[in-house]
Amino acid sequence: MSEYILEMTGINKEFPGVKALQDVQFNLKPGEVHALMGENGAGKSTLMKCLIGIYHRNSGTIIYDGQEIDYGTTSEALNNGLSMIHQELSPVPERTVTENVWLGRQPMKNKLMVDHRKMREDTVKLFEQLNVVINPDEKMKYLTVSQMQMVEIAKAVSYNSKIVIMDEPTSSLTESEVSHLFDIIRMLKEQNVGVIYISHKMEEIFQICDRVTVMRDGQYVSTDNVSDITMDQLITKMVGRELTDLFPKTECEIGEVVLEVKDLKAGRMVKNVSFDLRRGEILGFAGLVGAGRTETMEAIFGLRKIESGSIKYKGQEIHIKCPDDAIKLGIDYLTEDRRAKGIVGIRNIRDNTVLSCLSRYGTPLNQARMRADTQEYIDKLSTKTPSQEEEIKNLSGGNQQKVLLGRVLLTGPDVLIVDEPTRGIDVGAKSEIHALLSQLAGEGKAVIMISSEMPEIMGMSDRLVVMHEGDVTGIIDRSEFSQELIMKFATGVTE
Amino acid sequence: MKKEFDAKRFMKDNTIWVIFIALFIVSAIANRNFLTKANISSVLMTESIIGILAVGIMWCILSRGIDLSPGAIVALSSCIVASLSQRPEYVAKMLPGVNLPVPVAILITVVICTIFGIINGALIAYTKIPAFIATLGTQLIARAAAQLYTNAYPIPELKPTLKFLGQGNIASIPVIVIIFICFAAVSGFMLTQTRFGKNVFAIGGNDQAARVAGIRVEKNLVFVYVWSAFCASVGGVLLAARSGSGNSAAGLNYELDAIAAATVGGTSHTGGVCRISGVIAGILILGVVKNIMLLVGINPYWQQVVKGLIIIGSVVLDMRKNLRKD
Ligand SMILES: Nc1ncnc2c1ncn2[C@@H]1O[C@H](COP(=O)(O)OP(=O)(O)OP(=O)(O)O)[C@@H](O)[C@H]1O
Ligand SMILES: [Mg+2]
Repeated sequence: MSEYILEMTGINKEFPGVKALQDVQFNLKPGEVHALMGENGAGKSTLMKCLIGIYHRNSGTIIYDGQEIDYGTTSEALNNGLSMIHQELSPVPERTVTENVWLGRQPMKNKLMVDHRKMREDTVKLFEQLNVVINPDEKMKYLTVSQMQMVEIAKAVSYNSKIVIMDEPTSSLTESEVSHLFDIIRMLKEQNVGVIYISHKMEEIFQICDRVTVMRDGQYVSTDNVSDITMDQLITKMVGRELTDLFPKTECEIGEVVLEVKDLKAGRMVKNVSFDLRRGEILGFAGLVGAGRTETMEAIFGLRKIESGSIKYKGQEIHIKCPDDAIKLGIDYLTEDRRAKGIVGIRNIRDNTVLSCLSRYGTPLNQARMRADTQEYIDKLSTKTPSQEEEIKNLSGGNQQKVLLGRVLLTGPDVLIVDEPTRGIDVGAKSEIHALLSQLAGEGKAVIMISSEMPEIMGMSDRLVVMHEGDVTGIIDRSEFSQELIMKFATGVTE
Repeated sequence: MKKEFDAKRFMKDNTIWVIFIALFIVSAIANRNFLTKANISSVLMTESIIGILAVGIMWCILSRGIDLSPGAIVALSSCIVASLSQRPEYVAKMLPGVNLPVPVAILITVVICTIFGIINGALIAYTKIPAFIATLGTQLIARAAAQLYTNAYPIPELKPTLKFLGQGNIASIPVIVIIFICFAAVSGFMLTQTRFGKNVFAIGGNDQAARVAGIRVEKNLVFVYVWSAFCASVGGVLLAARSGSGNSAAGLNYELDAIAAATVGGTSHTGGVCRISGVIAGILILGVVKNIMLLVGINPYWQQVVKGLIIIGSVVLDMRKNLRKD
């Protein structure tokens, strides 16, 4: 028998107008963590979907456990020991955590009735085994994105698969959760499970992976042992050129205060938040999950009810009732929850791009201008798509993110709030987005950036607001940035 | 090369029209009375009222809701407009002292009936009750209001100016058909050329995302239901004009026919998808099917079976089309 549990060779997959995969190869040994890397739209997710039967490959062979396979459905793949954590989560929001974990395979008391007791006990056991602290009886919709991600991870592990595919599992996790995930992965390795690991985060690859396969534009580039390759070499392979600066931060002049938030209170996640934001500044927001960063921004943007406190914008007290008010004032927000609150999946890229500025195009809508504006941001952000008419749900995750970024940039805000702006975005595009944010700041705009990625938030911010459970625990100047200090504040120690 | 691709795409996008044309040809061959001017004009006149309702209801479906009240609003509207426009000479007038010009009577009717749309919209947008429940409630209330108002008696002897709208011709085209065309044109224009249309597409596709993008979801939803009620009230006026009387039993199940037409025309009940050309084709298909079965003398009960099959079949086809994309 071969040393590989999985061997994929010569895989081709075409969508109307797109050759998503051309002659791709990939293999996996039992007990290894094999990274799959490449830019947005390189075809990583598609390759994995071909493996587990969501898509049908046009040609090529997949040999799994010594046998050629061609699964037609995911349940077939699951039953045969292949489970996958998808890039885009699809929880059933109205059901409990337990029910979500056992969806479609609930333990039965008899032929007819679901064994709810066993189901719950199994969940508790599973969570204990994996050290996950989430209430199994909570409705899925009350979890944060990262908690949902942890549930999804637990679920994938619970299948006792021989191969676990993780498609950007850490894109919405904070550092401590990432290391938690790595513990789980090490446990899987010990059980001789093969893990396919897709991520855009370089450090993770070097921390946890054994080998790495790189793809570019739907084609196979190379496979290397992680120990034989440097980060720069890897990046060069991915983007096809050398990348000089990951955090192209330009120092620019900091002007007067544009946004002044005082004693903001909104629900149980935002208890007491005060900060101010100046022109030309990138203000970072750091913190652990549940720190209330997203909730704070949603309150400012009119998505949550403000209970008390005041917000001054350009010197005037403002009362934003809904996002429309905020956008009209020149404050725009890029959501962290791309799928639920960002994209309108069945509409095309153009409709998604111009959605926030429709009033600009008059009646009847000026189609030519809409097309031109959309094209401008497709080019600016180098979004990979066959055309503007493509439904946004057909784009790769990172490219969807770029369309949404285009949407907020198109409104031309003075205050831009970006929540995990580079989630799921490849290294090349990431540095382009960072450059763009720097440029906006340079033009005298003010940027608030929430990010759970330490290097990003430290690399890009002029000042950092650190939050812990709904309170601001510290504000740090760029000259004093250090990981220790941030973590100290993030865990609740105050100045 | 490029042209060929476009033609293929055009065919795919307009499958429903191909089906309609095929159906039309088959009908013309099957029965020689089908292709007479009288028959075609009668089909168009019958379907025009359903059509006006459909171009209203399709907005509700597009926003991932539904409107069950239009049939009842048709009844109420026909009663109100009739009561306000009986001939002055008629001795048994319902409202003896009243003698309003017809346009004023229509205006009053439309305003009163459109209030139901505001109620529907407000309930759905602000209290978040499911559209099915909210509009089921207003359906019962509107129909009951019509019955209470008229004591369930028909209101005959309408002024000729009003009847002209339902029975007259302009340049040998029935007025009622012209009005339908106007409504379809306005709906189509709103759908593709206005901000409102884009907003509703987005709300139907993902209402949370629409809200975050700065769309006033509630306001837009209220307008959707107001438009649907407005269409229904005009439908009621035309029905009274056509049949020559107001009747609290009129318009029964019209909303179902309109929903069927919008659905057959490719309006997706999962929200976010709708094309006016499809809805028009849907109206025509159902109208022609009804008519040809009548002409060749098929038992009316079978007609219902066929209608049911068409609705189910069209949705199954639609779903498959979406699935195949992946
Ligand atoms: N259902 C689909 N229909 C049409 N095109 C598709 C579909 N799914 C994927 N594609 C296209 O295939 C290409 C590869 O997409 P894929 O999702 O595999 O990228 P990826 O490498 O996972 O990128 P990311 O890092 O952004 O997640 C993209 O150009 C995408 O637009
Ligand atoms: Mg992907």
